[in-house]
Amino acid sequence: MSGSFRTGIGGRIRRERTVRFRFDGVTYAGVEGDTLASALLANGVHLMGRSFKYHRPRGVLGAGADEPNALVEVIRDAGRTVPNLRATQVELYNGLEARSQNRWPSLAFDVGAINNLMAPFIPAGFYYKTFMWPRKAWDALYEPVIRAAAGLGHAPTDPDPDSYLNRYAHCEVLVVGAGPTGLSAALTAARGGGRVMLVDEQCEPGGSLLSEPDVRIDGLSTRDWIARTVAELNANPRVTILSRATAFGYFAHNMIAVNERLSEHQADPVPGAPRERLWQIRAGEVVIAAGAHERPLVFPDNDRPGILLAGAARTYLNRYGVLPGRRVVIATGHDEAYRTAIDLSRAGVEVAVIADLRPRPTGPLVELARALGLPIRTGCAITGSKGGRRVTSARLSAILGAGKLGPPDEIACDAVLMSGGYTPSVHLFSQSRGKLRWDEALSAFLPDVSAERERSAGACRGVFSLEAALADGATAGAAAAGVAPPTPLRTTAVDAEPAGVIGAVPHDRGPGARAFVDWQNDVTSKDLKLAVREGFQSVEHVKRYTTNGMATDQGKTSNINALGVLADELKRPVEKIGLTTFRMPYTPVTFGVLAGMARGDLFDPVRTTPIHGWAVDQGAVFEDVSLWKRARYFPQGGEDMEAAVRRECVAVRNACGIFDASTLGKIEVVGRDAAEFMNRFYINAWTKLGIGRCRYGVLCREDGFVMDDGVVGRIAADRFHVTTTTGGAPRVLNMMEDYLQTEWPELDVWFTSTTEEWAVIALQGPKARDILAGLVEGIDLSQEALPHMALTEGQICGVPTRLFRVSFSGELGFEINVPASHGRRVWEAVWAAGQPHGLTAYGTETMHVLRAEKGFIIVGQETDGTATPDDVGLAWAVGKAKPDYVGKRSLARPSMSAPDRKQLVGLLTESPETVLQEGAQIVASLGLKAPMPVIGHVTSSYYSAVLGRSIALAMVSGGRAKMGETLYSPAGSGDVPVKVVGPVFYDPEGARLNV
Amino acid sequence: MTRFSAFELFRQGLSGQAGWKPQWRSPEPKAAYDAVIIGGGGHGLGAAYYLASQHGLRNIAVIEKGWLGGGNTGRNTTIIRSNYLFPESAGLYNHSVKLWETLSQELNYNVMFSQRGVMMLAHTVHDVQVFQRHVHANRAAGVDNDWLTPEEAKAYCPPLNISDNMRYPVLGAALQRRGGTARHDAVAWGYARAADRLGVDILENCEVTGIVRNAQGAVEAVETTRGRIRTPKVGVSAAGHTSVVLGMAGVRLPLESFPLQALVSEPVKPVFPCVVMSNTIHAYISQSDKGELVIGAGTDIYTSYTQRGGLHISQHTLEAICELFPQFRRMRMLRNWGGIVDVTPDRSPIVGKTPVPGLYVNCGWGTGGFKATPGAAHTLAWTIAKDEPHPINAPFTLERFRDGFLIDEAAAAAVAH
Amino acid sequence: MLLITCPYCGPRPEIEFAHGGEAHIARPQDPSSLGVEDWTEFLYMRANPKGVHAERWRHLHGCARFFNALRDTTTDQFVATYKTGEPRPDLTAVTA
Repeated sequence: MSGSFRTGIGGRIRRERTVRFRFDGVTYAGVEGDTLASALLANGVHLMGRSFKYHRPRGVLGAGADEPNALVEVIRDAGRTVPNLRATQVELYNGLEARSQNRWPSLAFDVGAINNLMAPFIPAGFYYKTFMWPRKAWDALYEPVIRAAAGLGHAPTDPDPDSYLNRYAHCEVLVVGAGPTGLSAALTAARGGGRVMLVDEQCEPGGSLLSEPDVRIDGLSTRDWIARTVAELNANPRVTILSRATAFGYFAHNMIAVNERLSEHQADPVPGAPRERLWQIRAGEVVIAAGAHERPLVFPDNDRPGILLAGAARTYLNRYGVLPGRRVVIATGHDEAYRTAIDLSRAGVEVAVIADLRPRPTGPLVELARALGLPIRTGCAITGSKGGRRVTSARLSAILGAGKLGPPDEIACDAVLMSGGYTPSVHLFSQSRGKLRWDEALSAFLPDVSAERERSAGACRGVFSLEAALADGATAGAAAAGVAPPTPLRTTAVDAEPAGVIGAVPHDRGPGARAFVDWQNDVTSKDLKLAVREGFQSVEHVKRYTTNGMATDQGKTSNINALGVLADELKRPVEKIGLTTFRMPYTPVTFGVLAGMARGDLFDPVRTTPIHGWAVDQGAVFEDVSLWKRARYFPQGGEDMEAAVRRECVAVRNACGIFDASTLGKIEVVGRDAAEFMNRFYINAWTKLGIGRCRYGVLCREDGFVMDDGVVGRIAADRFHVTTTTGGAPRVLNMMEDYLQTEWPELDVWFTSTTEEWAVIALQGPKARDILAGLVEGIDLSQEALPHMALTEGQICGVPTRLFRVSFSGELGFEINVPASHGRRVWEAVWAAGQPHGLTAYGTETMHVLRAEKGFIIVGQETDGTATPDDVGLAWAVGKAKPDYVGKRSLARPSMSAPDRKQLVGLLTESPETVLQEGAQIVASLGLKAPMPVIGHVTSSYYSAVLGRSIALAMVSGGRAKMGETLYSPAGSGDVPVKVVGPVFYDPEGARLNV
Repeated sequence: MTRFSAFELFRQGLSGQAGWKPQWRSPEPKAAYDAVIIGGGGHGLGAAYYLASQHGLRNIAVIEKGWLGGGNTGRNTTIIRSNYLFPESAGLYNHSVKLWETLSQELNYNVMFSQRGVMMLAHTVHDVQVFQRHVHANRAAGVDNDWLTPEEAKAYCPPLNISDNMRYPVLGAALQRRGGTARHDAVAWGYARAADRLGVDILENCEVTGIVRNAQGAVEAVETTRGRIRTPKVGVSAAGHTSVVLGMAGVRLPLESFPLQALVSEPVKPVFPCVVMSNTIHAYISQSDKGELVIGAGTDIYTSYTQRGGLHISQHTLEAICELFPQFRRMRMLRNWGGIVDVTPDRSPIVGKTPVPGLYVNCGWGTGGFKATPGAAHTLAWTIAKDEPHPINAPFTLERFRDGFLIDEAAAAAVAH
Repeated sequence: MLLITCPYCGPRPEIEFAHGGEAHIARPQDPSSLGVEDWTEFLYMRANPKGVHAERWRHLHGCARFFNALRDTTTDQFVATYKTGEPRPDLTAVTA
């Protein structure tokens, strides 16, 4: 039958377990152990994708992480779609649904392929040279067209319902890569007794050995050796092996990030089970055993479906039991391709020819191929191919020297398998900031000087022979664990010559021929040469101008060949050109696993007060203030915010309101030098503040601008109860510690954050004392005993309290501090006691209105980091006799007292119903057009129910000298005239406070 | 110099695109120039271009220690906007936006300035106040900025999650429609090509190692890895390395250099129409012409010249992206990189003269320098040519720190740029 | 994520720490006696070196103590950490 390219025996698949899947709507059968790519190849399907720019039909090129062509969308449902997955890494499961990308209407017939015909006119960087006329057309026409053509797959349309995990781990030795080198390294390192972690991106350990059925290690088959080694590692409780786990990032101080895929390979993942896990591993020592990537050959038409890497073809044969074709041409500059030829030939595939670029290849593999009678042409270049959706022939030419080629010869085939040799995978080493050196003999960059505690071993540092790699891994593992290396293992492997070729294969096809260097981004050797011609000589420039190496494979197959082309073109050695930076991640990493558990309420911690539940029960509407949830207002009977706030405001002014102030930051400042510290820190004077008295404190930054404020109570000679703004508490405490620890260590004082210790119940209004009277014990609430700005300690509802007589509303007010665990109970007791007095719960919005009526500022609303105490009318708070306080020197700068500074004023609109928008600008005259000279802005603006009109606070340049003047606030509907007034709108003499 | 056009592309296409010449020369350094710009990013190349095109100085050089645009020009998320709060800032950035609008045509190089709109999300009542203040201030300054309800924001950016079940629901947004993105590399290359055409020598792989001053203290030469170059005027546009370069002339600056990371997803078909910024939860995202989601992360907490930061910083921004756009959770990060941003105490730049005669500086852009490229370069060129501030860069002096005239956008708005 | 050795607690991950800017910038004893240039120098000017940098850290989510560190800003590798108040370690002795 024509369809099946599956071999009869061999491989690490379970032939008896059929798996059905769909690709572009067609149902196929694969077997367990297949990848999507191997299953499609088994069905004779090579055409798996379209390239990014020219929409050229493309088959699978590789068999692993380096795949540039075979990118697919895998769809479970609308929220569980993933674009751009490499078919070579998608493990097959029953019911898998995959779709090809970047084609319309179908993979076989793609309208976008018209770009391919345009290719002569759209070389690298063409878009920088055109699409500029007419000017407006870029946004309206060109860019939308370009965007529609660009991109690969489709982003999911629905939210991803799956969950992801994060985990930190520590180990003495981390081994990256579970190929022969890594297994050997882990085995040796484990003998040191420390914690060893072995991570590998594939579904099972073994790496390249999974494609090596015939070699024997230590007398065992590779299958048995892997099994024995893994068993020994698993038996050691100090060893952790992670499969499907890609070490994608190497960070400072030996932190390695690993992405472990947990359920994507399953047909029916357990509902709710995590999809992936991010490991961040801090390792004492790291052994990088990352292997190597095979290099393609850069020859004209090297991108047809059916043209793939020779090593990948061997993997398909030996690991998946899949033939890449029936009659193949092997094109190579490296011995390894002979292995492919030999294995395929033994599997019954006709090897039409081995075309070797090298004039006189020698070595055991070449001899073996010769002995098998495989046709070999040496000094022979592949100079083209034919075929549409599948290669049908290869064009071969003898290399005559001096750039001359012999007459071409067309060889019919259904697959071309190529190899330019192997490029060590130095990604992680480079990410660790280790320095590379160019090895001319290997045509490869190799790890040289380490920056972290790591060592590379095996193929990733150019040690390719199996026996040497096993020994290298053992040596590295031993050194990492501080043990002696074991006796080297013997193998039956036949070694290949390590040297290969880089750059472009010579050809005689003229200027129209396209030899691809970066398959996915459609960068050809011509593009690279064009970039050089246009003066781009830095390898980074060439990369950016041509986009070579910037595709989703990050240049794994293309970077070194590009360097080869550049070296030829610039007539400069490769090491003088250098390499582009290796950037994390090694392979793409799901956003979701990086975000981990942080979603919804776990996105950021939610802080709630002890009274929160009560407010929820009352139907409060909340707002976010830093991490806190604060009740904003308490609507009743379908009220909107405006109605609720008017009602709440009036209730406070006429009866009493209750407000949850627990979110205020609280810091206990204690010690012999507490007052001295406060003196140095806050702008106010504290020495003379009596015990049991409070003061409004203002804190500046050292540059003189207001940073925070709050009432401070003196509990004892050596003890202050400091309050801060809700959001400012951590900043203030950190700044206190900073000054104490680093500037004034001689002071005997310490700070304790007590924000969470106290529930704070603000009771504000003329009835406040009456409500409290029946609840407190041992506290005299009278004006004489507890006047405004006094505090006392005693009991309320049987609970100890610090009772502050303070007011942020301008009414008779108390702030009841009780231990947080009693907050709700005391609140409810006060609430109950207040009902006969018309006690009303109010939220932050009403609090804001009440304080604005009194002209009290909110730090962060009236101030914006550019206001001095004097700017916001707080010059009175400054302890003027103090020799120093934080910010004092800065405030002495002339600019800080300039008369045109913005100053806090009140504004009244002509119409009492007009409420200015907060943030509205203030100008001096009517009818200005933008750009206009602005002299201020509105910081707070409300409708005041008690005053029956709107009020606003504003910061206006030289505002205090403008009292009574009319200014204007430009608005879309016309300028609004406003009169400048003092910032205190209600009870300016404070009569309501002192009752 | 071949002019770029569709016709020329077509003509060259008939001959294998073989006729293109280098976009800029690679000359040997001369012994002396009338002015030298240190730093071959967009800012430095732009300053050279404007010096040549507007001030008639042709004997000038740009010296770059690596490759053009290899610093922050080629490492940023290309967001362009001018909706800053203070009139000084709005003036500078709006000057830039106006230059951006015709830059492709002026340079004959498509820098792909795309006015897709920049939307800044408000998540708290405080955010709403701050952004509404921005809207009012911008309108008064003649800068476009509109306030949108959550529904209007979603209509402009359909992928946006405006549901109530977020930790920080979207309460509204400020939208600058003239804002957008551009192709960062092309800015450096376009300025380089245009400056070269006017005779400017662009010296790559030329690292400054010293600044030589005469007996009066004025600049007289720069020492470089390619020899001494005499010049009476030196402009420094060295971004994260400014402290190091000005240190060579004994000038200390109020700068600290931090790592700033960015990342892109794999390319996908068009899914994201504009730029969205959320300063409150630290998310900055747009989609490039190539299809990659371009995402800006925050700075690391420590100073560094390594051009790399910690993974937790990128994680933090992806947490925010996934919260705002939960359908992108399965998208994958393709590349992550770091730049070095030089940050001033008030988060506003320093553009103008230094205490050393003949030495000029353009630095301190923090995370927001790309958008200002043309405006900063243009006004710096003015200052270098005339030895006096341009009205637009005049507020951005070094002396403002001494005198207390800070332009504190960050403190004013809790806004990262 | 850096690994930072707190002189009081030992090595801990960076997320436990807050960075405190350049070290060894002592607040003047009597700021008001300082001239404007000196005050500006104290308030704003920073070395920002490319190389070994003396900086302050605070083990915020640990012992909460401030301490100083020498770190190479070109590699992010720590050279030393030491307690607040101790002099900057003399690296010539280390490298000799």
